[in-house]
Amino acid sequence: MTDRALSVVRAGALTTVQDRGRPGHAHLGVPRSGALDGPAAALANRLVGNGPEAAVLETTLDGCSLRPRSAVTVAVTGAPCRVTVDGRPAAWGAPVRVRAGSVLDVGPAVLGVRAYVAVSGGVAVEPVLGSRSTDLLSGLGPAPLTDGAVVPLGAPTGVHARVDVAPQAGPPSELVLRVSLGPRDDWFTTEAVRLFLSGVFRVSPASNRIGVRTTGPVLERARGEELPSEGMVLGAVQVPPAGTPVIFLADHPTTGGYPVIGVVRAEDLPAAAQARPGTAVRFVAVRGRGGC
Amino acid sequence: MRTLPVGPEALLVEVASGEEAQALHADLLRRRAEGSLTAREIVPAARTVLLDGLPDPARLAAELTSRPVPPLPPRADGTVEIPVRYDGPDLADVAAHWGVGEAEVARIHADAEFRVAFCGFAPGFGYLTGLPARYEVPRRSTPRTSVPAGSVALAGPYTGVYPRSSPGGWQLIGTTDVVLWDHTREPAALLSPGTRVRFVPVAPTGPVT
Repeated sequence: MTDRALSVVRAGALTTVQDRGRPGHAHLGVPRSGALDGPAAALANRLVGNGPEAAVLETTLDGCSLRPRSAVTVAVTGAPCRVTVDGRPAAWGAPVRVRAGSVLDVGPAVLGVRAYVAVSGGVAVEPVLGSRSTDLLSGLGPAPLTDGAVVPLGAPTGVHARVDVAPQAGPPSELVLRVSLGPRDDWFTTEAVRLFLSGVFRVSPASNRIGVRTTGPVLERARGEELPSEGMVLGAVQVPPAGTPVIFLADHPTTGGYPVIGVVRAEDLPAAAQARPGTAVRFVAVRGRGGC
Repeated sequence: MRTLPVGPEALLVEVASGEEAQALHADLLRRRAEGSLTAREIVPAARTVLLDGLPDPARLAAELTSRPVPPLPPRADGTVEIPVRYDGPDLADVAAHWGVGEAEVARIHADAEFRVAFCGFAPGFGYLTGLPARYEVPRRSTPRTSVPAGSVALAGPYTGVYPRSSPGGWQLIGTTDVVLWDHTREPAALLSPGTRVRFVPVAPTGPVT
């Protein structure tokens, strides 16, 4: 086997391969998938000299440990965390050189949920429908990392960025999500729509790559009948029978039968994906293509 | 026809019937292929077509509502044939719903001409229409935790084939060995929206019980 590879020393709670996903196949029931915090993944790639299409690792809460079989440049972005190489502190949010056989440890997230680990050359698992992303809803792409697994790497293509530290938005203490009402806001009572736009919800621990589930005010429906299945978009706020909103993230189902009260701006979703359980969530209405 | 905005770059087009949704979907695909429509996703469903990744949803909405949907073009492409053993565990229940014998269920189902109305639930899972309305069946009151891959099943107005083993509440009437989804194949999905399908009965391999 080539020595362009990483050995997984500690896979962590959930570490997956992610790139920009596989949009364009929703009509076949294939979710778009891809890194939940796209800007953080893109920054990590830039820092190590990869193109924006390169696949990175997305960790969940407790990081991971990796041993490269050849010297590589890595960068850890997204959720702030302690980064070490062979136990010695290394930079977070900046290029780090790791020698063959050394152990890179991405520690537990101090804030936020998901850290991104880019490695020079990118993760080179076989693409499925044009993407290397793990899709946890439909099972496409590589399985989540396991201890002892070997992750293939591509050949480095660029020169890593000459920066000491790159500024990144910190994970939010309160999520304020811009939302356009509809398409099915008329399936809810006037009071429910008012509550949706004024109430405080909280991120539920049941959240995952499919969606941010919330707890809080129950949104009452004005129409009791079943909604025929219809296409769903990224950021759709679907309201299942329990009445608490679910914000669809990258692995969301392509069709669904619960009414969508509104759609969160795509630019606000990375922050939503970094919000820990218990974080307060508010939805503010915006119209048309406005917003900043 | 009614258009509903879905965030800043998508549009949900709602029509009166499943047939009209299929016709609209075919027309939108044709327009995208000829270059007069830009859309990243065109997702048909039961009564709607969702368009995502649009440069100007409001303009498209105005344009769509100002012109009639051309009827579905006559069949041009081939028909996918799916060999089925009508041996599903819910065959008797479906026969009771329809008021016919079990053998008659197979005959009625295999006589119908199906079309993939839309996909969803799992990659390669198509919702097929084509059975007369009187043959609609409810979902099972208790869904199964595991439905085997290749199960041919009914729910509401639809027929579906499970591409892989998964939980499911549809009524299982048969089994096929056809591979519905294989991502190493081109195309990966045997069935995509608009595909015409016939089910061809084959004898069960095991002893008939």
